[in-house]
Amino acid sequence: MESKINAPAIKFGNNIDTDVILPGKYLILVDPYELGKHALESLDTEFVNKAKGGVILVGGKNFGCGSSREQAPIALKYAGVKCVIAETFARIFYRNAINIGLPVIECSGVSDAVKTGDDIAVDLEIGKIQNLSDDKVLQGTILPLFVMEILTDGGLIENLRKRLEKK
Amino acid sequence: MNITEKILATASDKKIVVSGEIVDANVDVLMTHDLTGPLAVEAFKKIGAKKVWDNQKVVVILDHQIPAESIKAAELHKTMRQFAKEQKLRLYDVGRGGVCHQVMPEQGYVTPGAVIVGSDSHTCTYGAFGAFSTGIGSTEAAAVMTTGKIWFKVPQAIKIVVNGQFNKYTTPKDLVLNIIGKLGVDGAIYKSTEFTGPTIHEMSIAGRMTLCNMAVEMGAKNGIIEPDNITKEYLQKRVKTLPDFAALKSDKDAQYAQTVEFDVSQMEPQIACPSSVDNVKPISEVGDVPVDQAFIGSCTNGRIEDLRLAAQILKGKKVKDGVRALIIPASQEVYKQALIEGLTEIFTDAGAVVCGAACGPCLGGHIGLLAAGETCISTSNRNFIGRMGSTQANVYLASPAVVAASAVTGKITDPTILEEKQ
Repeated sequence: MESKINAPAIKFGNNIDTDVILPGKYLILVDPYELGKHALESLDTEFVNKAKGGVILVGGKNFGCGSSREQAPIALKYAGVKCVIAETFARIFYRNAINIGLPVIECSGVSDAVKTGDDIAVDLEIGKIQNLSDDKVLQGTILPLFVMEILTDGGLIENLRKRLEKK
Repeated sequence: MNITEKILATASDKKIVVSGEIVDANVDVLMTHDLTGPLAVEAFKKIGAKKVWDNQKVVVILDHQIPAESIKAAELHKTMRQFAKEQKLRLYDVGRGGVCHQVMPEQGYVTPGAVIVGSDSHTCTYGAFGAFSTGIGSTEAAAVMTTGKIWFKVPQAIKIVVNGQFNKYTTPKDLVLNIIGKLGVDGAIYKSTEFTGPTIHEMSIAGRMTLCNMAVEMGAKNGIIEPDNITKEYLQKRVKTLPDFAALKSDKDAQYAQTVEFDVSQMEPQIACPSSVDNVKPISEVGDVPVDQAFIGSCTNGRIEDLRLAAQILKGKKVKDGVRALIIPASQEVYKQALIEGLTEIFTDAGAVVCGAACGPCLGGHIGLLAAGETCISTSNRNFIGRMGSTQANVYLASPAVVAASAVTGKITDPTILEEKQ
């Protein structure tokens, strides 16, 4: 996975829960692309079309609260979300996103500094978030090295495989 | 150290841990279910693991879409049965268990001081027994199955001190809704919530489970209550060996990020209005809200104590015409007890339907879904948009007493007022 990401932003508010990211009725689906077709449809029926070409999702506080369903970050990833930036994350969503190789970055002030449509550049390794539309730069939280490694390996499955092979 | 820090220190072979520190903890039990388990099985296979780290410590419980409501769900169940068989895991299949968070303590998998993780956000329920327990995702569950370990950032803690005696129709559910209303849905984000004080010391296991169950609804990593004689009484007939938990107490000089106090003695029944769990109002401020469905059940409020309370209100009465009342015991054990005590007869006579132990409509996957424009009053734990079916439906969260009273009148009703009218 690349540590530098560049894509337009789609912004949502506070407390975006995993039920609106992916409703419970779709949890019986196993194909990640099928899950992706329903990402955030409860809030925006056009989201999937908007996200297709690759987007950065910007959220407020407590992004991904609620159910532990890993299908929520999977749906976002396969809908075209390249990275989620939020003021704060719900912890299970945060770990799940990293574990499936979807970059997440916590950044205080991001929801004021970014609006839907802004072109955003993220450098995960140094936690730098740049709004290319107005050249504002924000500092996000830098991930601990071992967590960053999970992301650069593409997720926990590959990361653990590598670690087990080394043993 | 506080109780959560003590458990995480022991689990990571350390004498002391401090909040913010990252530890690699040994896991005592891993729980997974039919909706998040299949992804974990797939991940486990992709990791290339052959055997789970300890087959006595991995529990599979089918509860979300049971009995299978579709061919797709049936396939998921089949995956979990096959995996349990291959790995020689304890499996609680249809008719053998019920809602995972009820089955886990009932069947003796929860002990004070244990580290328990589960691929379900309400895994935090087991803090009611003085365990450190928290929800994780499917891939992480696969990693735990492989290694028996998991990393945690030691959380800061919020101490929630509760005083006072509950009124006749106010319950631990009202308390926890009140707490969430005050602290907010992200009020305990990344943190531990420790419930303590005289009211908690006297509270039943059922009530403690309701409190810890909903800790995640304020973003908490875990909810926890110091184990005591009430814990011992519940567990001693269920666990193989009950550990000595005398030292499992927060030290007098334990650190807390925040201490908050609550008093239940003047508390009215509380309602979480759509569509956020912290949109909480005392019932007198909710106004006139007609309901189409009343649901009593879930890992939050599907225990025998909850059903007894509902039956007390529904006895000799009828569910209002036009209202569907669904009663779903949280486990096969609760179901049987409800039969023995004659509660099932009371519910049936009232015109409620009693379903087999399962998650039911709580997460909108199975029975009892809502159409656009409909309203449900529910004892479950989430009222998010689309949680129980249509995105145009409304879910109000309340105690079993309020839900039962509302089923009778057809609108959100304070059970005390219903009683006064009789």
